[in-house]
Amino acid sequence: MTEILDAGDLSSGLPRRDFLKAGGMLVVGFAVAPSAFAQNPGQRTGAFEGPAQPDADQLDTWIAIHADNTATIIHGHHELGQGISTTLLMIAAEELDLDMSQVRGMPLETGKSPNQGLTAASSGIARGGVRVRLAAADARQALLGLASTRLGAPVERFTVSRGIVSVAGDPAKKVTYGELLGDKHFSVPFTGRAPIKDYRKHTIVGTRIPRRDVPDKASGKYVYLQHVKVPGMLHGRVVRPRGQGSFLHGAKVMSVDASSIADIPGVRIVRRGDFLGVVAPNEWDSVKAAQQLKVTWDMPAILPASQEALHNRMRAGRTVDRFVLDRGDCTAAFARAAHVASGRYDAPYQLHGPFAPNCAIADVKRDSALVYSSRQTIYGTRQVVCGVTGLAPDKVVVRFYETSPSYGRGCQEDCAMAAAVMSQEVGAPVRLQLMRWDEHGWDHYQQAHTADVKVACDASGKIVGYEYHGWQHNFTAGDTTEILVGTKKPGEGDGIRAQGPTLFNTGDQYAIPNWRIVNHRVPGMSGYFKAAPLRSPMDIALSFAGEQTVDQLAYMANIDPYQFRRQNVNGERWLGVLDAVAKASNWMPRRAASIKQAGRMRTGRGIALGTHLSSYGAAVAEIEVDTETGVIVAKKMYGSIDPGQVINPGIVERQIESQMCVACSRLLKEEVTFSTSNVTSLDWSTYPPLRFGEAPEVTAVVVNRPNVPSSGAGEEALAAGAAALANAFFDATGVRMHTFPLTPNRVLAALQSAPKTTTA
Amino acid sequence: MAIRLIVNQRMQEVEAAPDTPLLYVLMNELSLQGPRFGCGLAQCGACSVLVDGVETRSCVTPLSRVEGKPITTLEGLPAWYAQQQKLSAVPALHPIQQAVIDEQALQCGYCYNGQMIKAAELLSKNSTPTDAEIRTAMNGHICRCGTYPRLMKAIKRAALAMAGGAR
Repeated sequence: MTEILDAGDLSSGLPRRDFLKAGGMLVVGFAVAPSAFAQNPGQRTGAFEGPAQPDADQLDTWIAIHADNTATIIHGHHELGQGISTTLLMIAAEELDLDMSQVRGMPLETGKSPNQGLTAASSGIARGGVRVRLAAADARQALLGLASTRLGAPVERFTVSRGIVSVAGDPAKKVTYGELLGDKHFSVPFTGRAPIKDYRKHTIVGTRIPRRDVPDKASGKYVYLQHVKVPGMLHGRVVRPRGQGSFLHGAKVMSVDASSIADIPGVRIVRRGDFLGVVAPNEWDSVKAAQQLKVTWDMPAILPASQEALHNRMRAGRTVDRFVLDRGDCTAAFARAAHVASGRYDAPYQLHGPFAPNCAIADVKRDSALVYSSRQTIYGTRQVVCGVTGLAPDKVVVRFYETSPSYGRGCQEDCAMAAAVMSQEVGAPVRLQLMRWDEHGWDHYQQAHTADVKVACDASGKIVGYEYHGWQHNFTAGDTTEILVGTKKPGEGDGIRAQGPTLFNTGDQYAIPNWRIVNHRVPGMSGYFKAAPLRSPMDIALSFAGEQTVDQLAYMANIDPYQFRRQNVNGERWLGVLDAVAKASNWMPRRAASIKQAGRMRTGRGIALGTHLSSYGAAVAEIEVDTETGVIVAKKMYGSIDPGQVINPGIVERQIESQMCVACSRLLKEEVTFSTSNVTSLDWSTYPPLRFGEAPEVTAVVVNRPNVPSSGAGEEALAAGAAALANAFFDATGVRMHTFPLTPNRVLAALQSAPKTTTA
Repeated sequence: MAIRLIVNQRMQEVEAAPDTPLLYVLMNELSLQGPRFGCGLAQCGACSVLVDGVETRSCVTPLSRVEGKPITTLEGLPAWYAQQQKLSAVPALHPIQQAVIDEQALQCGYCYNGQMIKAAELLSKNSTPTDAEIRTAMNGHICRCGTYPRLMKAIKRAALAMAGGAR
């Protein structure tokens, strides 16, 4: 459902910029009932159009049946450690009535694998799984048709087990899938209309099948991209300023002193436009040369002087303002409310920081190219490689190999393009390994965000109004290599929902009669960084602001924060995850910050609801605060996700566990730092992540709804986990944190200067 | 110049400059898949190997420092364990590797080279580590997937398995 909003509705009691007076443009937006469209993945078929790729409308594109009565499931989803190479096989085996031992996957390669787009946004099961299930059902139906002809019996009389079709009541009459089709093509179209197995008959889906990739990863036999070797390959390193500067201005080469690496034998400098790199037969030589090469760069010193200056700059300039949603009358609701909580909340740039800096191998010849990449879209990678090499899509092959994931768009694409440019320049295969500072310094970051939030309730504690104003710039368009070589200009991304407030952490959790969300987009990229989605894009910033404000309102209304959420909750699925974490944590009702604590160490607990664009998440955090050092330790986290039908509960549990750890890392520690000219957080010392010693114990609760379409579980408890931590800090200290990460310095400053509580 | 290395109980002679970090030789000259590049700064643990049974960051360790010393990579962990425990046969996996599989602990698994090398070192010195001892020992090994809680379980499971095996 969409409704076009009238610009005349723009009014609010919030202390915020005057849109029109300050020169802001008002763009009329669309309001969508979030719960309705978020939970409708059945419309997504999980296949994308494009040149030089297998025909998604042919069944043979998806499934091959072999003479030995096994099947290859040919899908287009990339294993990133999330288990997709196992779970898609589970779905296919279930639908085909095969054993897990009878199904296998296929390495991903353009031209051979179907185009299922990006393996991102928790889409592997929600979209990819739908397509695989439909294809497997089609295949089963086609095989039963062949069996009917072979056995002279109607399909209705067949039972199938382990790929053996037998006739009920006549067990001698049977035939295997392998005998029916063995290595021949189906040669029938994909219809997506064959009957799907009733979930109550599932024997594989919903069980804890061990992951296929784990044994080889544990033994050391697993081949990561970093292990791939191509005969005759040279080792490449990019040469860039240490840390990106203003995205709009990039980095310009003023001079290169080739004599500075004359002592390293066999090294060649690669230059195209402002793109600079070195290649050498010996990897260590390439590492040394990249560090030693003297280059003068032109980078303007126009970045904000501090995190606070960054957020203030975002608020002060011209913005493009849009209602994400405007329901009811917030102004009137605030005027008659019994309690109103409000505040400003600021979020930093955060980086993807894959554990392994990206790697790519490219062998670019005059009229063809072979590229090995870890980017989670083989077809998207082919497209950008075509862009920098000038080759046509049918001349370029991209093979996917796993590395450690960046949980979003890190430097994979940039690395693949850079390797291709280097290979094209030197006429030999090049293996490019980014260094840690390249990956940290030239990442696309999750954008910084700043918000004004106001939430009100009546005397009984019912939420009557919710208003959220968020400021951030868009994701960026154009990646480093293509900008440096000059085939792309830096621009702003569009078309992606998750680059501003998206409702799901800013009110969807609650039944709210008067609800307004305004996106104040900061246009232009002068003085800002490259940006792209990071796991649960925007959501930690949104929930840090939204769920703390709701928590504050519960405090003002003198109601237990779990009970307050419960009485305002928006439907049974939000309620399900909320109750799940409360029960798991043995939540006892009391007002937040109501336990008087003395002494250095304080303990606190917090609860929150949140998700990404689908599914439902909740979390409880139990923390300890050292008031002398400002160090927060998350002792115990409880997380829950309701992703609809769960394919493999063991995998979802581990996803929740890891999301709780990542929530701690991002809320307590991670922050991109910068000088006025460039990013300065370039390694794990200047950008410290959560370490083993700081990791919480985690209890994961999976809410399985086997009769509801799967909607993803790769990121949907992160926002709740982060907000639960912030709320736990208030419970422990009576002080609200308005900026994250909650680093020791920031905590100490807040404890010393903040008012005891924040009230409207 | 030629440098002699003892890797996974085998003598290897490699041609490399003595300042070359051990990691590049293990990866490129010896084609081992255990030690791998993560930061090049000894901050993350991706490249860890055992040198004389001590967990060592191969990305910052020049060849000259390890010449002639026994180096164990992930590939050699079962044989190293057999030698430590005086087992008559080399098991297919070190108990920590088996425990990681049994717990389904890893996700991308890229950091697990170092995690398992470090855990094996810990268990060789302390067969019944407490949670606090595990946290302290493992603190230098980053996991960006956030699998620390499962890894904790895997290390404790491996300790139990090793205690059972020793009886």
